Amino acid sequence: MTDTSASQGIPEPEGSSQIIETDYEIGQDNFETQIGPFGLDIHNPVFVVSGACIIAFVFYTLALPEQAGAAFSWMFSAVTQGFDWFFLSAANIFVLFCLLLIVLPVGSVRLGGAEATPDYTYVGWFAMLFAAGMGIGLMFYGVSEPMSHFASSIGGTAAEGGARTDWAPLGAAAGDEQAAVRLAFAATIFHWGLHPWAIYAVVALALALFSYNKGLPLTIRSAFYPILGDRVWGWPGHIIDILAVFATLFGLATSLGFGATQANAGLNELFGVPVSSTTEVVLTSAITAVALISVMRGLDGGVKVLSEINMGLAALLLLFVLFAGPTLAILTGFVDYLAAYLTYLPALSNPIGREDTNFMQGWTSFYWAWWISWSPFVGMFIARVSRGRTVREFLICVLLIPSLVCVLWMSVFGGVAIQQVVQDGYTAAQEAPLELKLFKMLDALPLASITSFIGIILVIVFFVTSSDSGSLVIDTITAGGKVDAPVPQRVFWCIFEGAVAIVLLLSAGGLQSLQSMVISTGLPFTIVLLVMCVAIWKGLQAERRIL
Amino acid sequence: MFNRIMVPVDLAHVDKLERAMRCASDLAQHYDATLVYVGVAAATPGSVAHTPQEFAQKMADFAAEQGQARGVAAEGLALTSHDPTTDLDPTLLNAIEDTGADLVVMTSHVPNLTDYIWPSNGGTVAKRASVSVMVVR
Repeated sequence: MTDTSASQGIPEPEGSSQIIETDYEIGQDNFETQIGPFGLDIHNPVFVVSGACIIAFVFYTLALPEQAGAAFSWMFSAVTQGFDWFFLSAANIFVLFCLLLIVLPVGSVRLGGAEATPDYTYVGWFAMLFAAGMGIGLMFYGVSEPMSHFASSIGGTAAEGGARTDWAPLGAAAGDEQAAVRLAFAATIFHWGLHPWAIYAVVALALALFSYNKGLPLTIRSAFYPILGDRVWGWPGHIIDILAVFATLFGLATSLGFGATQANAGLNELFGVPVSSTTEVVLTSAITAVALISVMRGLDGGVKVLSEINMGLAALLLLFVLFAGPTLAILTGFVDYLAAYLTYLPALSNPIGREDTNFMQGWTSFYWAWWISWSPFVGMFIARVSRGRTVREFLICVLLIPSLVCVLWMSVFGGVAIQQVVQDGYTAAQEAPLELKLFKMLDALPLASITSFIGIILVIVFFVTSSDSGSLVIDTITAGGKVDAPVPQRVFWCIFEGAVAIVLLLSAGGLQSLQSMVISTGLPFTIVLLVMCVAIWKGLQAERRIL
Repeated sequence: MFNRIMVPVDLAHVDKLERAMRCASDLAQHYDATLVYVGVAAATPGSVAHTPQEFAQKMADFAAEQGQARGVAAEGLALTSHDPTTDLDPTLLNAIEDTGADLVVMTSHVPNLTDYIWPSNGGTVAKRASVSVMVVR
């Protein structure tokens, strides 16, 4: 299969698909104007309201840092602790729903009409969805998360006043090294496997279906058409889109800010670059500048190219660690950890009557809220590049393959790190702070300076790919679903995102409190995602009837 | 002198294209050439069409309508692009070869400050195309 070229003549008829008849014309609420030399084509009011809200929130956080910090952290705890059962149940529903769609006959529905051809090759497509979806998290948690679960599991359980005070998953594995390793990997894979990808898949599938097959604009509100009808073009729809822009921009800005601090720590370790806010601001600006070039080069010339470079570098690092480390043990571990994941999956995903409250709320519920708050961005980006795939093919590639890649990644990076502790007594990675664990693990392997350098490049490029794809997504939402808005608009969002990150970096606790706020948006979006499942089902049934 | 004249059009802003289209049809009459109207859109639903199929139909209808109104032979060509905002220039340059055009007549804005950063589509096509390009302002 090859990329369809940009110039392919009159496209073949796309086959039967059921366009939704609505009086709404895409772009009818848009405001086209010229500000100085810059042309604009923006949705009114989504662009202005979301931009103003973002500025207001940043000012609030800067003007009243203590109050904002307290308010957001209360909101964060209330959401992840009070609604843990809701997040866990909803995520289980998403996984089951996606698996069901793979096996049911509706899986044969093609996104873009029965005869649509895929826009991208498997490699380009997979690289883009993977870079946008997880990327950076794997760099930091690949080593640290299995280690944390291993340490807490082997430590056994502890209780005070009838409640568990330890952070171990399930019933822990006190003193049993082998069982603790299996439990640690089962828990890690649980957080990076089927569940997060099912969350992304639901959003992406809903948007792709309602855009490519139903003819609605590529914005979050379109997935609500079966439920809200023409009201999605009014304020209920505006609010959904504004919320999505809000979560995406703050999600990206806070990650960018944290990423800069982490990259700074890595550079300090490797080259002795001083850890300071100046370095962090320079790093954020540099990442934003590269992202800017990428968005100006567009989806094919920028985002896709960077994602593929990233994918190649990540694969290189993975293979190096696999072969430089205990290869056979890692490969045996891969199978063993996968089996452990499947064994512990029912218990780990159980939403009620759990004793491991700290693990369930502090890890699982936190992760689910985090993935869900990112889902409008990642889902929309995946939708943008997935035209021409069947639902079955889409779900296998968005749900099953990334999950397996994550299992492999965790088995290799986490596996080597745990082996270093258990067998070699090398504890540098275990004792290092989060941002240095990967580098400390690489230190014990050959060619450490080269691999660490690749590691830093990967961290930076992963941020660039998040930043550029995020800017494209925000631009599309704030242009009412139009993907051909003038370039200055995407440039604006890219710079705005970097500027918000820098402002928050320079304020004490600003990043932390706004990140808490972003994660809290996971709660309303969980309801949005559940509604999307119903909408997908209805939409696919209608497509099946006309096939 | 010219056999096929390519006219890039944006169906969402036809009102801004009149001068270029009139110029192209006058040239077509003069040289007895065929006009090829070319439109570029993303596969996602947009303000002009909901699907590539609908877009192709609209382009064909537009060409037929224009050809009849201006009394010249005309064809429509609909092209899809993953990211039309940035891919317009290469897509149009490919279209010149695909359509076998020997002249391009296209609308462009009066150059301003941003042209230093983002050159106009007309400017870029004129700079890179191997055939004659007439930019109408």
